[in-house]
Amino acid sequence: MNAVIVENIIKTYGKKKEVTALNDISFDVSQGELFGIIGPDGAGKTSLFRILTTLLLADSGKAMVDGYDVVKDYKAIRKRVGYMPGRFSLYPDLSVEENLNFFATIFNTSIKENYDLIKHIYVQIEPFKDRKAGKLSGGMKQKLALSCALIHRPSVLFLDEPTTGVDAVSRKEFWEMLKTLKEQGITILVSTPYMDEAGLCDRVALIQNGKILSINTPRGIVDSFSKPLWAVKSSRMLPLLKELLQEDFVEDAYPFGEFHHVVMKDQSDEPLLRQFIEDHNNDSAVLQAARPDIEDCFIALMKN
Amino acid sequence: MSNDKVITATNLTKKFGDFTAVDHISFDVHKGEIFGFLGANGAGKTTAMRMLCGLSLPTSGEATVAGFDVYKENEKIKKSIGYMSQKFSLYEDLTVKENMEFYGGIYHMTDKFIKEKTAFILDHLHLQKEANTLVRSLPLGWKQKLAFSVAIFHEPGIVFLDEPTGGVDPVTRREFWNMIYEGADKGITVFVTTHYMDEAEYCNRVSIMVDGRIEALDTPSQLKQTYDASTMDEVFLMLARKATRVEM
Repeated sequence: MNAVIVENIIKTYGKKKEVTALNDISFDVSQGELFGIIGPDGAGKTSLFRILTTLLLADSGKAMVDGYDVVKDYKAIRKRVGYMPGRFSLYPDLSVEENLNFFATIFNTSIKENYDLIKHIYVQIEPFKDRKAGKLSGGMKQKLALSCALIHRPSVLFLDEPTTGVDAVSRKEFWEMLKTLKEQGITILVSTPYMDEAGLCDRVALIQNGKILSINTPRGIVDSFSKPLWAVKSSRMLPLLKELLQEDFVEDAYPFGEFHHVVMKDQSDEPLLRQFIEDHNNDSAVLQAARPDIEDCFIALMKN
Repeated sequence: MSNDKVITATNLTKKFGDFTAVDHISFDVHKGEIFGFLGANGAGKTTAMRMLCGLSLPTSGEATVAGFDVYKENEKIKKSIGYMSQKFSLYEDLTVKENMEFYGGIYHMTDKFIKEKTAFILDHLHLQKEANTLVRSLPLGWKQKLAFSVAIFHEPGIVFLDEPTGGVDPVTRREFWNMIYEGADKGITVFVTTHYMDEAEYCNRVSIMVDGRIEALDTPSQLKQTYDASTMDEVFLMLARKATRVEM
């Protein structure tokens, strides 16, 4: 069964509907799936999450969450979903424990009843349970917010950019927590602007300017990158990039870590690229075949 | 690369009560260098950066920025540097043009300079049509590029960028880095923090802070070799996981 069904959702803002946040979006999420919505700021991720959590009405289209309609059955949905907004939305002047207790109470449950679900997250902040939420560090706020979103044992969990502005270590830890939750059967929709997090999802939707560019498994997205991809570097990276972009056989070239990635128009042009690199021998240029990753795919899809 | 040192720090330390936020850090940054300043949240990056920008007095140690002493000449430092952070850089309720005029005014640039520079930036960023648009209504990627241009509006020798590229798409992120490269090419020294480890690779040298100390400092390729890692992400995780400081 599908935990989330989105059909032709359109959402605009402004008096004259001049801003299109979501432009005819459709996708399904299976029960128990960890589904990523990957895209930059302004892509429409938050609008989509607010529609699915019944906090915002779409202009048109249809959406179901856990078998309920987001418009007609909004009350039923609110009992079944957990939502962690992008902005810290707990009560800063309540303590850690008071916040958790508050959310448990409004959902007619108790911390005790569902403690097993949040235990692996909450133990990390429990030593600070008497501290006011507003006084927590970013990483601890995030763990408390996740605990509060889970305390009523939701069937679908919506996490809006939980790792934005979080360092690489905390990001890794957060994704490990999500994996544990997934094992407990919770469907998770998570949005992120970090392309490298796509690989941690079962499936992802790449989204830009309110449009879905592609939906697939991370593997499937990478496999659909059809053009030959090479990595080059030299001692003069900036001029190298400019010169590459002037070559006819180059479809696209852009910095990629310590290399530049070069997307070729055609496989048969490989000798031309090899010649180009040979001409740059003075700059100790290096050429090697590259495996595309999600970011390469996103760039290619954006430019198409 | 030139050997002019535009930033020097020797045993730079900042304590808040019993807590040592920055613990005897020492490093130099050369003119025109892109220097990546990495560390996990709470490692002490922001505190160190505030001292270098003349916004916070060190507890002990020495540092100079653009040749000025961080204890005695912090006002001169402020005039010699540019600063951009993702959290705040531009006034949302001023237009694109007004923001530039405002920053130019703050740095005592002449009207003529402000006018010419504003025209140049609008042209360079293809923002002529948006000159009178409120910054609030610009897409994030444009805002970030504009914020960088405004940070170097008064042509400082050094620019500090605090997580400048969060949240934008991969193409815009690269366009932004292209601007950084161009700036460095013109001799501007770039001191940048980021959570994107691929961006660490774009830096000439990178330092990684752990628990208030600089745990590693080298070129990205040398760091990868030293730590036997294939990416900067691995290097970072290896070092940052050594942290013992409890995040409060």
